[in-house]
Amino acid sequence: MKKIEAIIRKSKFQEVKTALHDVGVNFFSYWDVTGLGNEQEGHVYRGISYSTSSIQRRYLSIVVNDNFEKITISTIIKSGATGDIGDGKIFVSDINQSYRIRTGEKGGETLN
Amino acid sequence: MEIFTINNVWMMICTALVFFMHLGFGFLEIGLTRKKNTINILFKNIFIITVGLLLYSLAGFNLMYPDFNETSLGFLGFAGWGIAPPENGLTQSYADAGYTWWTDFLFQGMFAATAATIVSGAVAERIKILPFMIFTIIYVGIVYPIAGSWDWGGGFLEQREVPFYDFAGSTLVHSVGGWAAIVAVYLLGSRIGKFVNGKSRAIPGHNIPIATAGVLILWLGWFGFNGGSVLSANPVTTSLVLVTTCISAATGGVTAAFITFFKDKNLDLTMFLNGILGGLVGITAGADVMSPMDAVLIGGISGAIIVFAVSLIDKICLDDPVGAIAVHLFCGVWGTLAVGIFGGLAGKDQLITQLVGIVSYAIICISSSFIIFFVLKKTIGIRVSVKEEIEGLDLHEHGINAYHE
Repeated sequence: MKKIEAIIRKSKFQEVKTALHDVGVNFFSYWDVTGLGNEQEGHVYRGISYSTSSIQRRYLSIVVNDNFEKITISTIIKSGATGDIGDGKIFVSDINQSYRIRTGEKGGETLN
Repeated sequence: MEIFTINNVWMMICTALVFFMHLGFGFLEIGLTRKKNTINILFKNIFIITVGLLLYSLAGFNLMYPDFNETSLGFLGFAGWGIAPPENGLTQSYADAGYTWWTDFLFQGMFAATAATIVSGAVAERIKILPFMIFTIIYVGIVYPIAGSWDWGGGFLEQREVPFYDFAGSTLVHSVGGWAAIVAVYLLGSRIGKFVNGKSRAIPGHNIPIATAGVLILWLGWFGFNGGSVLSANPVTTSLVLVTTCISAATGGVTAAFITFFKDKNLDLTMFLNGILGGLVGITAGADVMSPMDAVLIGGISGAIIVFAVSLIDKICLDDPVGAIAVHLFCGVWGTLAVGIFGGLAGKDQLITQLVGIVSYAIICISSSFIIFFVLKKTIGIRVSVKEEIEGLDLHEHGINAYHE
């Protein structure tokens, strides 16, 4: 089992969500985060130019069986990219075990 | 009797409109500052309107309208403690059937608190609440009324051969607040993080919609501020005053927005809003003696002044989060001078008198506010600790967050 963590643009979330659904990935958690990065946005307030060093993004945490790892990653990359600096990142890590709280079952079937 | 009633009703409506401006000030100040200081700002504003009014009833009104006798120099007079109408106070003979003594007191009382409100915006986010309250009590309680007595109270500025003219308070209210604001900001210092390595940094406000609401409420309040300064419901004067007031406001806003766009390539709403206020302050000294075209010019110049004043104040490393100094001091002085340049009273002698007035008020306001803040700074301190400033005044001075989740 793998955990796939994707930090994507908020504006791309609907597209990524739909694309993941189309390939059978329907379960994940997400939340809004603030981060530091390379993206520069020009802001002006009362005559003073400033760039926000903090950037708003959406963080997805998806746990899947090993056979879904490749398709999940390629789907996110295809639907989440714009080509501009600041499209985000995907991190992959191993998951030791998974449980369903309702029934107490464990193992790969709990991820379907 | 009917005219007396009609006049008094209009004056009471205007009293209510000026009162309502305190909501406008509150909204504007919290909108342009950070969420963590919202309760502190509102507390200061509520304090000002309540305590200010009580002080005005205790002594302020009678300090401001002391009924100088002919021999007096016209600097300082006192008509007694508390509020009690004189013998003719409730009759038509009191004010040419314009209003009763009660209305006079309350209408003027609503103006008095404004002087401290102007300061509260400039010192936001880092002033300690106790010294601010002490400043308010002394400045609104004593300085504002004494200064006001020099003109509206029949004092030496009114007694000049060419009397000083401030129709609704560009000098008596707005510059009085403005001088204290610049002194306070100078002694207080800037917010942590505002000036870094000599460069100014932006600290954006947390609620632009509420700041906008504040400015529109202030504009509405000005219908009473200027409309009521006619001191009757005279249809000719009041309707002209409302027109010049609104035209100056609109022109001030548009000019400030246009110049800001030209200067920064940015459609900055907060500068548009400040420009409107600048136009309102600018017309306030002479709304009843200006034509609509005069109002356009006065408002336009006010709008331009706003943009350059905000920039200048920033350049000399003074931190004014809401632009109070630009709006009330710079445009207050400009509006006062404009009476000598445009409109029915224009002329060299009037311009000289206006200058004398401006300088007189500068002297009393700068010196009194400097003494008050300096003494407070050296005794109890006027600035919150670094920890308090960073974590927010709401939590530390008031024990609660404004937007409790």
